[in-house]
Amino acid sequence: MTTEVGSETEVKKDSEQLGPDKAKDKPEETSGTPGDQKSRETSSGEAQDSSVPAPTSQSSPSSQKKEKSSPESKGISRFLPPWLKKQKSYTLAEPRDEPKKKATGEEQVVEESESQALEGVAQPRRSLEEATENRQNDKEKHSVSSAEIQPSKEDGKETEVEEVAEKKEETQEEKEKRETKEVQTAEIKIDSIPKKSPKKIKTVQCKVMLLDGTEYSCDLEKRAKGQVLFDKVCEHLNLLEKDYFGLLFYENSEQKNWLDSSKEIKRQIRSLPWIFTFNVKFYPPDPSQLTEDITRYFLCLQLRQDIVSGRLPCSFVTHALLGSYTLQAELGDHDPGEHSSDYISEFQFAPNQTQEMEEKVAELHKTHRGLTPAQADSQFLENAKRLSMYGVDLHHAKDSEGVDIMLGVCANGLLIYKDRLRINRFAWPKILKISYKRSNFYIKVRPAELEQFESTIGFKLPNHRAAKRLWKVCVEHHTFFRLLSPEQPPKAKFLTLGSKFRYSGRTQAQTRQASNLIDRPAPYFERTSSKRVSRSLDGAPMGISDQSLLRDFSATGGQAAGDKIIDLEAAGQAKLKDGGREEDESPLKTPQLELTQDGKISSLRVDGENIYVRHSNLMLEDLDKTQDDLLKHQASISELKRNFMESTPEPRPNEWEKRRITPLSLQTQGSSHETLDIVEEKKQAEFGIEETLVVDETNKGKMQVATDAGETCKVEHVSQKDSSSLPSDSSSSSSSSESEDEEVGEYHPHHRAIEEVIREEQEEEEDMKRKEHEEKTQHVEAIPEGSKLNVPVEHTQVTAEDLVQDNTVTVATEEKNLSEQIKQDVGEEKKEEQLKLNGDVSHVDIDVAPQLICCSEPPVVKTEMVTISDATQRTEISTKEIPIVQTETKTITYESSQLDGNAAGDAGVLVSAQTITSESISTTTTTHITKMVKGGVSETRIEKRIVITGDADIDHDEALAQAIKEAKEQHPDMSVTRVVVHKETELAEEDED
Amino acid sequence: MAGLGGGLAAFGRCTHAVVRALPESLCRQALRSVAGPEVDFARAEREYQLYVGVLRGKLGLQVLELPADESLPDCVFVEDVAVVCEETALLTRPGAPSRRKEVEAMKRALESLNLNIVEMVDENATLDGGDVLFTGREFFVGLSRRTNQRGAEILADTFKDYAVSTVPVHDSLHLKSFCSMAGPNLIAIGSSEAAQKALKTMQQMSDHRYDKLTVPDDAAANCIYLNVPSKGHVLLHRAPEEFPDSAKVFEKLKDHMLIPIAATELAKVDGSLTCCSVLINKASE
Repeated sequence: MTTEVGSETEVKKDSEQLGPDKAKDKPEETSGTPGDQKSRETSSGEAQDSSVPAPTSQSSPSSQKKEKSSPESKGISRFLPPWLKKQKSYTLAEPRDEPKKKATGEEQVVEESESQALEGVAQPRRSLEEATENRQNDKEKHSVSSAEIQPSKEDGKETEVEEVAEKKEETQEEKEKRETKEVQTAEIKIDSIPKKSPKKIKTVQCKVMLLDGTEYSCDLEKRAKGQVLFDKVCEHLNLLEKDYFGLLFYENSEQKNWLDSSKEIKRQIRSLPWIFTFNVKFYPPDPSQLTEDITRYFLCLQLRQDIVSGRLPCSFVTHALLGSYTLQAELGDHDPGEHSSDYISEFQFAPNQTQEMEEKVAELHKTHRGLTPAQADSQFLENAKRLSMYGVDLHHAKDSEGVDIMLGVCANGLLIYKDRLRINRFAWPKILKISYKRSNFYIKVRPAELEQFESTIGFKLPNHRAAKRLWKVCVEHHTFFRLLSPEQPPKAKFLTLGSKFRYSGRTQAQTRQASNLIDRPAPYFERTSSKRVSRSLDGAPMGISDQSLLRDFSATGGQAAGDKIIDLEAAGQAKLKDGGREEDESPLKTPQLELTQDGKISSLRVDGENIYVRHSNLMLEDLDKTQDDLLKHQASISELKRNFMESTPEPRPNEWEKRRITPLSLQTQGSSHETLDIVEEKKQAEFGIEETLVVDETNKGKMQVATDAGETCKVEHVSQKDSSSLPSDSSSSSSSSESEDEEVGEYHPHHRAIEEVIREEQEEEEDMKRKEHEEKTQHVEAIPEGSKLNVPVEHTQVTAEDLVQDNTVTVATEEKNLSEQIKQDVGEEKKEEQLKLNGDVSHVDIDVAPQLICCSEPPVVKTEMVTISDATQRTEISTKEIPIVQTETKTITYESSQLDGNAAGDAGVLVSAQTITSESISTTTTTHITKMVKGGVSETRIEKRIVITGDADIDHDEALAQAIKEAKEQHPDMSVTRVVVHKETELAEEDED
Repeated sequence: MAGLGGGLAAFGRCTHAVVRALPESLCRQALRSVAGPEVDFARAEREYQLYVGVLRGKLGLQVLELPADESLPDCVFVEDVAVVCEETALLTRPGAPSRRKEVEAMKRALESLNLNIVEMVDENATLDGGDVLFTGREFFVGLSRRTNQRGAEILADTFKDYAVSTVPVHDSLHLKSFCSMAGPNLIAIGSSEAAQKALKTMQQMSDHRYDKLTVPDDAAANCIYLNVPSKGHVLLHRAPEEFPDSAKVFEKLKDHMLIPIAATELAKVDGSLTCCSVLINKASE
């Protein structure tokens, strides 16, 4: 147990201390370890110290335990998925070691950082205990010792890597220090998964500030992931449509970070207190499409905060109007008897609330008579959503000339503001790549109409963290609002998991679909008077922004953790009005009502029981709609309806418009529209016949060519945008790691090409013509010719070309830089990434076995460009109106180091796999799978899958023959390996139910 | 009470109009971007009377007519001195110093209508209403010789609910010299390169997709859309005698009640249709 720790520590030290130090180091270690480890493990420590990367030496410790760590078991372990490999064990010894090793200052530093990281991150206690137990009695040995073997192997690997790093890049001390830390923490993190120790779990109390101003606290296991806490909070709130929300933690008053659900909390907040704020993360562009009133309620609460804090600017009139709806929702109808003239002063509606505004609010409040709270909330949202800054997440930045600007991330893209003015806007479809490097943030945008080349626009953020934060927010917003979910889970999973940092939650499309399945009576909840101002405090309104205050207040009483939480303001200010609040549904008097009246306790959640309530008319409509949807199994009827209704009369809404997530108004630009309509008509009465044609092509060495071309490209690109940026830095980042050292990040937003392609058709067309040449020369083989397909598809191809290009570019850079990468950095980042990826990859079934990936030695597992634009789920929605034009582009790129001659995976490493699908009447799916088969020779397998779908009028035989012919013409060296005919006639009928 | 402009349904609704009679000094002293034939005052006045007559008589608006001021030759172009959106009016600081005094009379008129009035006092700011295009969803402000960034900022501060995007305007006097709203969500746009470029900019800046109505003549793209309760979509556009080709384009608008109005004389001093009125929608009296 401790052995590994010791040895690992040393290895790291080695890497820190160059050549000469090593010798010195060894004895040191020896003397140090025996002290706490009874010298039995010393040998192993030494062995490792010798800095021979051979894993065998390391396994020696385990031999001590009665377990056999025979060489073969080692061998096997290499093939084991990482989560099996990594088990507990490290470090807990560290604290003990620390004092003893006073050798070099450097050493000390390392130690410290390590132990710190450890303590911080995981649960030292547990493994410490284990270690102790081990020593005392061997009872427990079983599991422990078996666990031990593998870690040693891990260590071995690390050693190797670091050794290399050391040799090549001796100057990077500081970096490596951090590396060390990161690696360890990463391991520990993974550790936590498999072993659920029944022994004391160390818990931490966390507090979450809720939107109604109350505080929720709970105990969490120290190593819990963000998701655990988030789920707890949502459960507490009785919130089902939770994907729009998230937990924030503040580094300081300015810098807020979203807690990543998929990662350990501890690792994200580091030394910050475990205090979080529950907030809306993705503002739904059309709140009326939310399924439940309770969700809208929380959105209202968020918006009220946004308004009061000034984040969401409103005009006077809008302040008053929104305020009046707030009153209606919280107090019900205006009651001249009860509501004395100043009842309003207890609420805050605006950052600077004036008497005049309050009067206006009161005046408007009277006009809302009869609105239920839910209706008032809906009205509130209908107005709030139109505000120009609704859902815009602003970030300070400077443009290339050093002018202060703001970057606003929203559902539709990126907005650039100078002062209050919008000076530019980049819709997601315009953006090809989002990246950051140090404190710079870059977007690469499609060429404008008259331009030939993509341009990269850089912004300077205040610091590196800010740049990364902005980048992540962009990635998440793009994913959430632009991408649908793929229908085939395995692929989807693969793509998602294999990527760099990605938004890990559900997309809006998915959450909508899921919420259509919500089948529960509308939950009871009480609207609290969260907005009441306590003006008694130096006149400064106690906005939500002032959280320290809130915290203090609630810390006294908020412990309960149950369903009843003392209302802050009530406790603090005793200002509540009796009976002032309106329960959601009036007819039912329940025990909760009493609570309400007592005015001191607001219970958001009623102990597990749902009260069945009859809804107001408005809600009934909603309810019906929901049921309707359920019956029809339609993903988003309401969305379709809505878009329909919002569209202007003249243009006929086409499918893309209807599918569009955000209810933008219709565009009517001539030709494309006509085309679409035609398709649409054809599609009526569609029943599906699928004919699949698979064409295989083996193409050796092609990858290289493409790569070279791409490399050139990339270099140009780099020099153009930032001469100071070394290519070696631009390894596309792996944002899945939380490490702050991560210097760069890249993200290729793939759009649901359908939409943008259509929208920007004209532009696209021109672009295409211009670009075709350059790009085709590089990618001829890789690119399926789109010309035979109809217009939209052709555009799709263009998009695909772009993608391909991007992809290649990245690969190129990486290959070129591989050696640099390895020596120079990045070990930390890379390793961490690798660990995670390895863990994830196993879920995947693809024809390259995950194990192979695991074994590639200094593994750089990169995944590029994940795009899932899959409308298939939607195609079933309304067969009658849907012209099927789908585009799906999936690209996965793996990279293996060329340096690792001894990679066990001779069978090849998946370098890239990409799928490009475009669909009109026929779907063409081209899958390229490029494997590295040793020594840099790559083998590309192209699978082209053509699916012909159409109504009875199509002569399928002919279409098939045509497709085969065309495929052969395009790829003379391909052979048709499979033709699958699959008739499907039920689709349409099913949908008609 | 309609919130936030009441959405698209309310776009073009209008109850009041503020106009101002033309002074004789206009003929010789009005600012003009290009030298040309002198304005025929009598004819200009007839055209103006027709314009006011349509607003008042045909469309039933309450028209406040301010008296002409001979010391302010451009005072007929009231649009430039005030931007009114819902219940709020921004009194501008016109880019041409000679026109700044025009604001005073407008201020009194708007006060009489009980609007929330915001004045542009910043001495660094200039804004001509002719550079402000309100689409019902957002503002576009042309940055022209008459309007600067600071002016646009103040407009954005005044109408906080709406996005305010800036559009560079080079070859024309004002943004609305070549475009205007011809319906809810419909932008009328001239065919010149500059006009098309500005449209592209606007399209890029907007979250919304507007329909466009391209007319051959830039000047004809300046039209007035109104949504009149009894008449539906109403469009005042330049007469066929002036711009026959553009008029044909307007005639394709089937749902609109089309009212051609000539502005030949005022056009000589850069005037057009929107320039001559400030339209106001008072929800309740």
